[in-house]
Amino acid sequence: MADFENVVVETDLLILGGGMSACGAAVEAAHWAKLNGLKVTLVDKAAVDRSGAVAMGLSAINQYVGLKDGENTLKNYVDYVRNDLMGITREDLVGDIARHVDSSVHLFEQWGLPIWKDDAGKYVHEGRWQLMINGESYKVIVAEAAKNALLQTGVGQIFERVFIVEPLMDGNRCAGAVGFSVRENKFYIFKAKATLIAMGGAVHVFKPRSSGEGMGRAWYPPWNSGSSAYFTIKAGAEMTCQEVRFIPVRFKDAYGPVGAWFLLFKSRATNAMGGEYMVERKSELEKWGPYGRVKPIPANLRNYLGMLDVMEGKGPIFMRTEEAMQKIADQYKDDPKAYKKKNKELESEAWEDFLDMTISQAILWAASNVQPEERSSEIAAAEPYFIGSHSGASGAWISGPEDLQTEETKDLYFWGYGGMSTVKGLFCAGDASGASSHKFSSGSHAEGRSAAKSAIKFILDNNTMPKVDDAAVETLKTGILKPLDTFEQFKKATTTPDVNPNYIKPKMFMFRLQKIMDEYAGGVSAQFITNEAQLKRALELLALLKEDSEKLAAADLNELMRCWENVQRMWQAEAHVRTVLFRDETRWPGYYFRADKPNLDEEKWTVFANCKYDVKSGAWEMLTRPIKQIFK
Amino acid sequence: MPSFVIPEKCDGCKALDKTACQHICPNDLMVLDKEQMKAFNRDPMMCWECYSCVKICPTQAVEVRGYADFVPMGASVTPMRSTDNIMWTVTFRNGSIKRFKFPIRTTAEGKAVPDGGFPTHSDINSPALATEPASLGLPQVFTLKG
Repeated sequence: MADFENVVVETDLLILGGGMSACGAAVEAAHWAKLNGLKVTLVDKAAVDRSGAVAMGLSAINQYVGLKDGENTLKNYVDYVRNDLMGITREDLVGDIARHVDSSVHLFEQWGLPIWKDDAGKYVHEGRWQLMINGESYKVIVAEAAKNALLQTGVGQIFERVFIVEPLMDGNRCAGAVGFSVRENKFYIFKAKATLIAMGGAVHVFKPRSSGEGMGRAWYPPWNSGSSAYFTIKAGAEMTCQEVRFIPVRFKDAYGPVGAWFLLFKSRATNAMGGEYMVERKSELEKWGPYGRVKPIPANLRNYLGMLDVMEGKGPIFMRTEEAMQKIADQYKDDPKAYKKKNKELESEAWEDFLDMTISQAILWAASNVQPEERSSEIAAAEPYFIGSHSGASGAWISGPEDLQTEETKDLYFWGYGGMSTVKGLFCAGDASGASSHKFSSGSHAEGRSAAKSAIKFILDNNTMPKVDDAAVETLKTGILKPLDTFEQFKKATTTPDVNPNYIKPKMFMFRLQKIMDEYAGGVSAQFITNEAQLKRALELLALLKEDSEKLAAADLNELMRCWENVQRMWQAEAHVRTVLFRDETRWPGYYFRADKPNLDEEKWTVFANCKYDVKSGAWEMLTRPIKQIFK
Repeated sequence: MPSFVIPEKCDGCKALDKTACQHICPNDLMVLDKEQMKAFNRDPMMCWECYSCVKICPTQAVEVRGYADFVPMGASVTPMRSTDNIMWTVTFRNGSIKRFKFPIRTTAEGKAVPDGGFPTHSDINSPALATEPASLGLPQVFTLKG
């Protein structure tokens, strides 16, 4: 076996991940740990300053409820999320995030994030829930507070460049995690009383539209490989909403954000004939039950109307940037000086939107000589992503807070500690927790804070170190390092290192996974359409892929990480296919369409579709859980 | 190849244990060729063009060339990041140039105070998180109980 030194770290709370949720968790945990004499350890596969989905920056904060100024109520937010997800939402979880999210935003501002303000000193809204920011350093600032909280108080330590693979278990209690350094031959064994998962969603499970260099330009970052889903599935946690993928509509190819264009600039999207699918296809909305009648129209239904245009050969679809900018500037046309100033302002705002969070789109505009005030730009549906923090919903099935339950829900949605999965001591936040969509960056931070406080309470109530079997750790170590051994054993069998009948390298393994998902599970090539037979074929091919995952080979530590990232993607894929198959209806037609079950089935399927993997038997259990309203 | 390194400008962050770009890349793409003492992007297909390496490079040796499979050639977008603002130079394929400057933070670097100056409390059983309700700007945290 490859020679790796064991590093054992014992801690009270283990936070896995370094993005928005993990940073929120760190800030909150540090406070309670200091009061109670506990230790907190955070492990990130990258550098906390620029890790996670907000690494590049953001141009808006998408969740701010505005409770202090009475702008909205919690019920308003819960209603919005439930409708956008076609009724499939845990109201206790969404409500918990919504009651704390404003304080995360107020903290960001104190920490130094520039939030746009109007002349009266009020936040500038992009839309009802969205705030405009100068967000180039959003993640750097949030990371700084987290690092200061852990390191300046002396309660915490941070490990960067350590890639977490498997959970450590003591029966049904999570006992920590194991992984390896991507810089040196060290195998890490983290033993903890409670573990908080915040390792993001999954990208590159489906084939992206760009298949050359541009495949790195996924909408969600390519380093989000399904680590959270893999960890919780392997720990035996019940998972929820694994069928609810998200497909964003973005500026075509570089995936620049459209939110500011639609919400702030009030731009129209029109097809090749100049028609507006949101107007011309309005009657289609009637097929989608009560959700087709709500405002705003659910994201997946908006997607779907545009997709119908494209499928009918009416593409390209254009964002009418020139028309929108002209319309706004025209309000100042009687005052030439103000008109010029407004035009300049709009131009700067349009470019900052990209420069803050999708710089590639600015490159694409410059490379195509596009000036948004002069001509339209194409928009298109991207590929499917697993992102429970945005408009997807996949993640672990977690307990809600005790004080947001009704008589009807207290036995369904609460089991001891808010944020805890069905595995004792295993907490989840952000993309790791399911059925609580639309938390975005700020809500993920708030959820991380909420889960961390609960996890500390769990530790105080269960203040013993779980037992870890050394032999089990050694077995995990052997399995995790195996790709390095496989490569060493067989590398001399051929003259081309990547072509070898004895093993498969992680990149080709990823392409194989993406091809299966793309063609059989409703990816881009299949125009997001699938059916029972195709899903069953996907499962057959995934089973062969899983067998071959035993033959993954890695030449170095970076490839070893890639091997495990792709194994994680494969497990996310399987959970997805099984749940799309289980829910035999079409509920989110703009995310995927079951051609054999083309309609909404409100009577049977207004429930959560959950699944659970049994590590011992290797069997998946599929089950439903009832949906109950809390905010009536 | 998304981010790329200009050899004349890169000094391999000499005398440091790792290069700045290697330290920061969220996808672990930047590596140091120790023989040449130059950094390089080992897998351009996995680069998100997040510019973290470009912004952190002490010698401005890292730039980005748009994805070759869909971006026409000839444009560049270059940041100059200071402690409180960032200036962007956008050069179009046709040679025209635009420049934008935006604030990036309102506090001194390193000075983010975890509690944000809000009072904290010590009740582990309350629904209020450490800095709440003060950080919410409300008298209390919403609950369905009591």
